[in-house]
Amino acid sequence: MIWQIDLAVLLLVVICAVGALAVKDLMGAAILFGAYSFLMCILWAVMGAVDVAFTEASVGAGVSTVFFVAAVFRTSRRTKD
Amino acid sequence: MEEYIPLLLTKYNYWVYITLMMIGLWAMIAKNNLVKKIVGMNIFQTAIILFYVSIGAKYGGTIPIIQHGPGHGHGAAQIKALAYINPLPHVLMLTAIVVSVATLGVALALVIKIHRRHRTLEEDEILEQLRES
Repeated sequence: MIWQIDLAVLLLVVICAVGALAVKDLMGAAILFGAYSFLMCILWAVMGAVDVAFTEASVGAGVSTVFFVAAVFRTSRRTKD
Repeated sequence: MEEYIPLLLTKYNYWVYITLMMIGLWAMIAKNNLVKKIVGMNIFQTAIILFYVSIGAKYGGTIPIIQHGPGHGHGAAQIKALAYINPLPHVLMLTAIVVSVATLGVALALVIKIHRRHRTLEEDEILEQLRES
């Protein structure tokens, strides 16, 4: 584990999480959540959990983002908070 | 007191894990939009996975694949378990990732159903419609 990369990615992860919850557009929230998942994938590759990293990259970041985008397309992008 | 300060500073993974967990919990409770609540739930789940992977990580450890194991023609090579990252939390968390995607699918299907009936995703508007009917 390289702690410089670890700390930088952890900072970006927290920023992405807050951004995904704060943005006032559900499509933006879905994309920021995809970025959050990919950063988590980098974090696990840094920590040596390579199997978890590629599962997260395919299932967490790929399929979850597609699900979110599909659900937002079928409902509405409007949000109040 | 002073012996605790390096302990707190070197365990920064756990602090970030607690931060992410509280962000997710706050989103699940306080957000008004249903999709935002689901995003909060997913952040909560990944925070728990981060905790488990942090348990197994170690400085100077290599990934848990045995190099020069027995049966490779080097004789009976000694396997030093201390040099490898602990793979047990990783295997547990593989299941957790798949379960989190399944939960997400069911939750989004329910959200689509709710939007079809009430034409909105805001919790207060849905509650108001339910109160009127």
